[in-house]
Amino acid sequence: MYLDNERRPTLTPQLAFRIAVIGGAALAMFAVIFFRLWYLQVLSGDNYVAAAKSNSVREIKVLAPRGEIVDRHGLPLVENRNSLSIKVTPDKLPARRADREVVYRRLARLLNLNPGRLERRVSRELELLPYTKPTIKQDVDRRVVAYVLERQEQFPGVEPERESLRLYPHGQVGAHLFGQVGEVSPEELKDERFSEVQMGDIVGKAGIEKEYDRFLRGKNGAARVRVDAFGKLTKTLKRDPAEQGKQLRLSLDLGVQRVAQQALAGGTGKGAFAVMNVQNGEMLALGSQPSFDPNVFTKPITKKHLAALTSKDLGEPLLNRALQAGYPTGSTFKLVTAVAALESGHITPSTPLSDPGFLMVGDQEFENASRTPHGVLSLVQALTVSSDVFFYQLGRDMDEKGMPLQQWAHRLGIGRRTGIDLPAEEPGRMPSPEWRNSWYKQGLVDRTWSVGDNVNTSVGQGDLLANPLQMAIAYAAIANGGRVLRPRLGLRIEDANGRARQDLDAPTARRVKISKETRDAILEGLYGAANAPGGTSTPVFAGFPIPVAGKTGTAEHTGRPDQSWYVALAPYPNPKYVVAVTDEAGGFGAETAAPMARRILAELLDVKETGLVQGGVAPD
Amino acid sequence: MHAATTPVKDFRDAHGRVLRIDPLMLLATLGLIAASIYVLGTATQDDRVGDPNYFTYRQAAYAGVGLVLMFLIARFDYSRLREWKLGVYAVLIGAILLVYAFGFTARGSQRSIALPFFNFQASELGKLLLVVALAAFMVDRVRRLTDRETTSRMVLLAVVPAMLVIGQPDLGSGLVYLAILVAVMFIAGTPWTHFAALGGLAAVAIVVVLIAAPAGGVEVLKPYQKDRLTAFLNPGENSGREAYQINQSLTAIGSGGKTGRGDEATQTKLDFLPEHHTDFVFSVIGEEFGFVGAALVLSLFALLIWRALRTLTMAKNFYGALVAGGITAMLMFQVFVNVGMTIGIMPITGIPLPLVSYGGSSVITTLMAIGLLQSIHAQARETAAVKRL
Repeated sequence: MYLDNERRPTLTPQLAFRIAVIGGAALAMFAVIFFRLWYLQVLSGDNYVAAAKSNSVREIKVLAPRGEIVDRHGLPLVENRNSLSIKVTPDKLPARRADREVVYRRLARLLNLNPGRLERRVSRELELLPYTKPTIKQDVDRRVVAYVLERQEQFPGVEPERESLRLYPHGQVGAHLFGQVGEVSPEELKDERFSEVQMGDIVGKAGIEKEYDRFLRGKNGAARVRVDAFGKLTKTLKRDPAEQGKQLRLSLDLGVQRVAQQALAGGTGKGAFAVMNVQNGEMLALGSQPSFDPNVFTKPITKKHLAALTSKDLGEPLLNRALQAGYPTGSTFKLVTAVAALESGHITPSTPLSDPGFLMVGDQEFENASRTPHGVLSLVQALTVSSDVFFYQLGRDMDEKGMPLQQWAHRLGIGRRTGIDLPAEEPGRMPSPEWRNSWYKQGLVDRTWSVGDNVNTSVGQGDLLANPLQMAIAYAAIANGGRVLRPRLGLRIEDANGRARQDLDAPTARRVKISKETRDAILEGLYGAANAPGGTSTPVFAGFPIPVAGKTGTAEHTGRPDQSWYVALAPYPNPKYVVAVTDEAGGFGAETAAPMARRILAELLDVKETGLVQGGVAPD
Repeated sequence: MHAATTPVKDFRDAHGRVLRIDPLMLLATLGLIAASIYVLGTATQDDRVGDPNYFTYRQAAYAGVGLVLMFLIARFDYSRLREWKLGVYAVLIGAILLVYAFGFTARGSQRSIALPFFNFQASELGKLLLVVALAAFMVDRVRRLTDRETTSRMVLLAVVPAMLVIGQPDLGSGLVYLAILVAVMFIAGTPWTHFAALGGLAAVAIVVVLIAAPAGGVEVLKPYQKDRLTAFLNPGENSGREAYQINQSLTAIGSGGKTGRGDEATQTKLDFLPEHHTDFVFSVIGEEFGFVGAALVLSLFALLIWRALRTLTMAKNFYGALVAGGITAMLMFQVFVNVGMTIGIMPITGIPLPLVSYGGSSVITTLMAIGLLQSIHAQARETAAVKRL
């Protein structure tokens, strides 16, 4: 030890020991650091490399645009448009509640939303679908997006996302068919049909979009990007482009569809139509009135708006009456009665029956419209002038064991679903003793079946519920000699350039045995109805250059105006198309529905019409 | 020492003048400065938009100033400082108080005074001033080194500035002051029993500060300081900012592997690693240059500390030995606590890595301290040379 500062002795043993202690401490310190570094860098380096990568590499899903939908000529019906939406990434939002609220408030001011509601919406969406990015606002202006992007430090966790939204260039035309798209729901995800779908993907929710979802849905792409500690994108490492869904070509003819909807809109406001190829079941037009603009569904719809679209007072615009409604069909049903009577042997085409203008069944009297007597007629004439009494007698006589009318109605598709490639259709109802008696037992009707029910049904009145699509199929089955078709809209799957990738097979038709004699007699009767003197729709089709066979129908409703029906087959005698039209309050068949059918046929068969088509006034 | 048995080799400059400074210590010093400038050059390119070399150039300038000071101090006989001890101590306390009065607050702590081109951090310079003053006070009591009174005086002299800087709050520098105190007393020969008593006192103080006082409603340490001190014990469970820093630092160092990630050093380049030019600069070295780079830098520190300890044994007088001891402890403590922090074995205390971390006050102070070591070395050689004659 030093005894004096200025004397410099050799190291005392105590000092040497103490310096050795410090040296030892330094040695120990470096040893600890080296061992720890060896452990971190050499032994567990790979784990830390993985951790560093997961720190900085993010996978971003790139939603694939859906395939477009075109009509039979390739004209676009449903397209896509790009839009930008503002989303939040929950794990990048500030951790502190107060900081989060500041971001929400800023965002709300920018997007003109209520901050409290915005926050509630985010938390609700996260509750329903954890690990997703809740959407704050869809279809946001580009300038707003740029504002957010330039100020990421003010909007941590707020990110714009490119979204492809559906665009319906023709507005109301075909609105009932396409359906909507939306984010897949947790329930749908459990379905096998959506096995390739991930949370947050867009799928078809209704209509064609749902039916053909597996084709229209594309393959999502992914981008691997590098982000820094603040979540800012610094580099794109790899990009798997999204693959757009396939294009779907429908059998629909845009021109016919548009004209048909215009024709319907010119009526009393509620109705439906179906236009089909009688040989292969391809639908050329299918629609309902009133209609709506499907573009409203591409953005979140307000409750009020949705209520209006489903309101009974406003005619339930969302309802597709062509296949979801059920109506008595009036005299258009006589075709079914005629087939049943001929094929069950009750009459032949030449069997004469007398029509004095009314018919007593038991103590109940059934009469023609205005009690007009038609005299003695055979089937062809009875169809031409639409004699009710003729068919009353057939209805009365077929109320027997085996119920041939019900049997044939069933065979022709009345009271059952058509199997069209749309998800929601109603079967309607063919009245029968079993049905009425079972309803009576349940207290739903006040009496059991009687022969009068069959008489009423034979002319499409009473408890019958059918829609235009079902009538079109029944008529087509007669025209094509006994094939009950399954109608379809989907024709072909194509690539984006319209090159065919896969033809959708024509669905199989049910065969029923209808003799050529029966077919020819009925067609002749329908031709007469539209052409012969005294035919119920002869005045309506006056001057139409292509021969048409068609049947008017007037369905009576208690306390409401009559419903107008018309079903046409053209060109006669080898029809290619069937057109079924109804207007819920159109009066006589010849008055409203027949002129609509003529307008549709003119477009369909490329007939140039000059002047207005006059409606007929003949009752049927 | 006998000239015959220990031949002294003199280093000469271009003019044939004898250079009595320690060349190995100089080598370690220059190596560390070079490493610092190189690492800052790669790691801080994106830290200031439009000014990629801001930190690099400034660090180089600080090092230049520091090296000039180092050489000046090395030529000067440190023994004179002993006479100025009161002035030195007054400057130490005054500078710290000045920071309280005129300093500006950065990241919640008031540590620096803004000068043109430079933010003067008094607590950094204070480390060196404390060594110089404390050693001088100790020499004054050279005949009563083992007295209890000597120990209590020394403790009081060091604890006052330590508490003042801890209050700024700058916990790290305060701890360095205490380390310097322990080293000076240790070299001076303070009995083990005193150290044991002081250790007991320290333990009681820690219990009071961390557990008893908060329970009684008095917060001595700020909550963030407490978190920093305890987060390293279980970074996985802790989700706070401190645990985040430790985890990012471990990830950076670990992912560097054997030879480093170079340009792929995402932890640094993408800002996952906080404070990567100052407190966590060692993590940058670990990530970019791997085990090899980290080992190289640590070897330079080992060399520096070895030469410092050797200088301590050579000192021509008691004062020199104490100053060398204090400086050695100051360097060792900072290296160990800083590197230990980055590899998760020491708490986060905000202590820079000497010479490598960016910062003028720290770099210049450290270089001045090394200059003092060189002066002790040169004086010892001169004395030896004189004796030989």
